[in-house]
Amino acid sequence: MDWVALSLSIKLGLVTVALLLPVGLVAGRWLAYTAFAGKGWVEAALALPLVLPPTVVGYYLLVGVGGATPIGQFWKAAFGHNLVFSFEGLVVASVIVNLPFAIQPMQRAFEAIAPEIREAAAVSGLSPLQVLLRIDIPLAWQGILMGLVLTFAHTLGEFGVVLMVGGSISGETKTISIAIYDRVQAFDTQSAGIMAAALLAMSLVTLGLIYRLSSHVGRRHG
Amino acid sequence: MSAAGMADDTLMIALKQRWPIPLDLSLSCAAGEVLALVGPSGSGKSTILRSIAGLYRPAAGQVTVGGATWLDTARRIDLPPHRRRVGLVFQNYALFPHMTALANVAAALGHLPGPERGRRAGELLERVNLTDLHNRKPAELSGGQQQRVAVARALARDPDVLLLDEPFSAVDRVTRQRLYGELRELSRAFPIPILFVTHDFDEAARVASRMCLLDRGSILQIGTPRDVLARPASVQAARLVDLKNIFSARIVAHDGPRSWLDWNGRRLETPRTESHPVGSEIAWAIAGTQVLLSRTDLDQADRLPNRFSGTIRDLVHLSESLAVTVSLDGRDAPLLSMTLPAHYARRTGLGPGSAVTVALMPEGIHIMAGESEGRADLP
Repeated sequence: MDWVALSLSIKLGLVTVALLLPVGLVAGRWLAYTAFAGKGWVEAALALPLVLPPTVVGYYLLVGVGGATPIGQFWKAAFGHNLVFSFEGLVVASVIVNLPFAIQPMQRAFEAIAPEIREAAAVSGLSPLQVLLRIDIPLAWQGILMGLVLTFAHTLGEFGVVLMVGGSISGETKTISIAIYDRVQAFDTQSAGIMAAALLAMSLVTLGLIYRLSSHVGRRHG
Repeated sequence: MSAAGMADDTLMIALKQRWPIPLDLSLSCAAGEVLALVGPSGSGKSTILRSIAGLYRPAAGQVTVGGATWLDTARRIDLPPHRRRVGLVFQNYALFPHMTALANVAAALGHLPGPERGRRAGELLERVNLTDLHNRKPAELSGGQQQRVAVARALARDPDVLLLDEPFSAVDRVTRQRLYGELRELSRAFPIPILFVTHDFDEAARVASRMCLLDRGSILQIGTPRDVLARPASVQAARLVDLKNIFSARIVAHDGPRSWLDWNGRRLETPRTESHPVGSEIAWAIAGTQVLLSRTDLDQADRLPNRFSGTIRDLVHLSESLAVTVSLDGRDAPLLSMTLPAHYARRTGLGPGSAVTVALMPEGIHIMAGESEGRADLP
């Protein structure tokens, strides 16, 4: 069992979840409550990671934030190392790949709140922030939690993008799914088997949680 | 309250836009007054309420309450809903589903210090006659009980204006009758402008002190419910208030206290109508309750004016009355609708095809300006 890889995967999952919580809340509410021209295209762009091969996403990330690009140059000047092939690079990749997993369940949950209920809250004197805290989040919490659990589970299992953007640097970018691949390549099937079983168990638990939650999401309130 | 004091708390609205919902109106509602906004679907009733509450922004308009300006598009003032002191009861109440009745009301008491909110919310629920159910969630309350919570929540903010959007449409008839009385009582206890939207004229007449008839975003008529319903200002208004018997005629003479009309060759007597000179084409209407019906063989009818013979076309038994349609003799064969006591048909043995005499009470004939197209005979 590669404990370093497992803890790196869990760390990556938690950081991704922490970053996507505010992003998902803002984007999910925006998409749920606002109508604008081109909304379908925005939603399509956000859903792209669901259908694109991870290698394609990884390729564009390498091209976009690699050492030779302006973003990559800036990062290197500011932090002294490349964004790609670093943990921070993995976080960027993970956040982008998980956008649809975080945003979509939250958006659906916000959409299920009847507009009159939010209007009634405003008319009752609640400021927009109070509407978020006292109406939106209490009524949509299952969807919000589901987005986060889905993001975490998906981060644990992500392989292609991680390999493209992070490589396989122990303690920096070698996550548990990469470690399994490494062990299989080295004919160490016993280690690979233990780690695969661990990942299987964790995924089963998180998916079980998701199915429990999803029976409440999307049910219309009010 | 002095006249100046009244003006201070008056709600004044002026709204104007062409699209997407046409609006062109200005109206006011004094403190203590209950104003009913009545009109068909799409007449802009709910949009007016939403514009007052700040949930809808018209292209141009002003909303002021007393000295406070909530909306003035010319001066770029547009307060968000949470900064307007307004109470709004939604058609389906829109209670917060995750909160108890008490918490729903307390949520609108943000202006009070925390510990006082629960006590005040309890008082408001008692005020709307909801006792013992304070800890129930909306889903565990009946329609009438939910409505009371919604009213208590709307009053919680200590609003300057109370708005109700079809507040009685989601409750049964018996509950509705009780709620009418409670709303009237509420308007005495909370002397603020109260506006309520309905498409039910009967409801408007029972609850409102004034009634505003709307069509496509404009005011057709505003006045006491009695006036609007019995004396519509135009043929269009008469049709909207569902006055069934609308016809066209010509003024042929003014004679002392009476005027005489020519109705396709029939002579009609009405109280004198000064505003229309002899020879003018007018429209006239008569409420079904002002038409008397008798069997042709009864001679007492001879003494009544405006008598015409005809045949019963249709007879429908309603819960408490009888809706009768009579086709009068003559080439134009106009159809007159009237309502009679339910026992009438049984007592007189009248039915479809019976020959009858109708008498139109002169005082019940209401004269309006004729339609330029001359289509007043169309239903």
